[in-house]
Amino acid sequence: MDQNQKRRPEGKIDDPVWMGRISLSNSDSGLPHPERSCQIWLVLHSAIRNPQLEGAGMKLYEMTTHQLHDLLSRKEITSRELTGSVLKRIEELEGRIHAYITLTPEMALEQAAAADLRIQKGEAGPLTGIPLALKDVICTRGLRTTCGSHILDNFIPPYDATVTEKLRAAGAVFVGKTNMDEFAMGSSTENSAFGPSRNPWDTQRIPGGSSGGSAAAVAADECIASLGSDTGGSIRQPAACCGVVGMKPTYGRVSRYGLVAFASSLDQIGPFSKDVRDTALVLNAICGHEPRDSTSVDLPVPDYTRALEGDVRGMVLGVPRENSGQGIDPQVAESVREAIEVLKKLGAKTVEVSLPHSAYALAVYYIIAPCEASSNLARYDGVKYGFRAKGTQDLLDMYQETRWQGFGAEVKRRIMLGTYALSAGYYDAYYLKASRVRTLIRQDFEKAFEKCDAIVLPTAPTPAFKIGEKVDDPLQMYLSDILTIPCNLAGLPGLSLPCGFSREGLPIGLQILGNLFQEERVLRVAHAFERNTDHHRQKPKL
Amino acid sequence: MKISKEEVEHVALLARLKFSETEKERFTIQLNSILEYMDTLKELDTTQVEPTFHAVARKNVFREDQVLPSSPQDLALSNAPDGDRGFFRVPKIIE
Repeated sequence: MDQNQKRRPEGKIDDPVWMGRISLSNSDSGLPHPERSCQIWLVLHSAIRNPQLEGAGMKLYEMTTHQLHDLLSRKEITSRELTGSVLKRIEELEGRIHAYITLTPEMALEQAAAADLRIQKGEAGPLTGIPLALKDVICTRGLRTTCGSHILDNFIPPYDATVTEKLRAAGAVFVGKTNMDEFAMGSSTENSAFGPSRNPWDTQRIPGGSSGGSAAAVAADECIASLGSDTGGSIRQPAACCGVVGMKPTYGRVSRYGLVAFASSLDQIGPFSKDVRDTALVLNAICGHEPRDSTSVDLPVPDYTRALEGDVRGMVLGVPRENSGQGIDPQVAESVREAIEVLKKLGAKTVEVSLPHSAYALAVYYIIAPCEASSNLARYDGVKYGFRAKGTQDLLDMYQETRWQGFGAEVKRRIMLGTYALSAGYYDAYYLKASRVRTLIRQDFEKAFEKCDAIVLPTAPTPAFKIGEKVDDPLQMYLSDILTIPCNLAGLPGLSLPCGFSREGLPIGLQILGNLFQEERVLRVAHAFERNTDHHRQKPKL
Repeated sequence: MKISKEEVEHVALLARLKFSETEKERFTIQLNSILEYMDTLKELDTTQVEPTFHAVARKNVFREDQVLPSSPQDLALSNAPDGDRGFFRVPKIIE
């Protein structure tokens, strides 16, 4: 536990006047980073005088969305001050964490100034003026969106994703686009064409993936909250690795319009945040039906913060029989057991549930996801956008050279797997078979939710592993997602929140799954746990 | 062996990918070990089970057929690696 550091009073908050020079150059990959070399001088004049804040010894960048919203609404701070504080934090830490692919300090300060005007007029919403980060798989109009891939190195989307539009309308401030495994394929961010991100709790270790940059940025206070995407655990697993809250909503809850597609029947956008209330606030902003994504579901969106009012008394939590055994680190199992005890003391009942087909989820996922990916990624042909190989002889040669040079090894491996599994003679044996087993997995959950309100289990089988440890063994890497994948196959909402630390001081995540469109129950369990524990208040020593 | 090096070459062509000799050999080994793992699914009898293609089933999502503004040509071409006078230029296809 000696790597953990509780927030302690420091007697002073951000220097009232400071000058910060954002000059980040990170060239792990040797590729050009136009936005990274931008330089900007920031001069912030206003002193912040708030005895309560100073007493708590918290810096602005350490705070949560709801704490900052209170300060902004009471005009005790401005969004420019807050944004300056986060940008300075980024400047200090980014060289060690590499959470971002692209930083946007100038745009952030413009958005902050606009947010301050809104706040002045009394028109501030919960996210107005709050510095957020977006995973670089979410399209941002006029701002490079790479998907962590060389093939989209220079892609400037001509439109915003729905979630980007919604956050802009909410008055949020965008500090940058976060690092990720290429096309969201991976569990460690080591598959990024821009080099890996590092875990703020131990920079020799992975932050998880594929949304590792979004998780690391929140854990290192390089943004207040962020968005990621989750196809097989890509929000929950990095949230667990980095000790933050991460949630994948029900499939169809959030529009995927403008989310670069990996596996369309599984992908879903969701938030990373420092506590459960912030998760609810971001969900309020991004959820909802949207006709441009025909799989988005036309159901009313509740105010998710209302779910935080209840407690868990009388709720029934399902504990999967199958997860007690093999492959789970004993420290992870112990932390999760203790977390379940906490929830029982708070009045929840537990019941054993059985998910016998979850044992097949990994095999199902690594057929279905690559099949969908092989089709989705056919669009990268060097014609309409993205990279095109030079000096090729004919059209076929151009396609092959472009895709060979443009994609990384894992992406090519999955395109190959998917193409093979869909090819003549193999479709029934692989894709159709996997889709049938997917039904069995879904039915297991249907049965389980007949006797419980939510299911609790570990998020990841182990705490964060070392960078490089699993890069040469794809199957070992895939096993990191073994506990998160069933939820995607069934379309369920799932959340990970911090529930303890390993002996090495690495965060451990508790995963809470709900039935379809039962985000509120998941949030209620998570919030009850969080209110009665302090794991989420622990900060990495940086 | 689930998949031979020759099959890897064939699938690569279908996927419009190409590989160096060392990549081909590495991919053949890796794909074989992944595909062997997939064999675990054969343990299950699924003859009576309908497939799931989407977790939240939806079909035939209709909307009004309205004319909406589309992307202006220059914007649609703004990311083209080889855009020319309103066109995407590609290598010669027809002899």
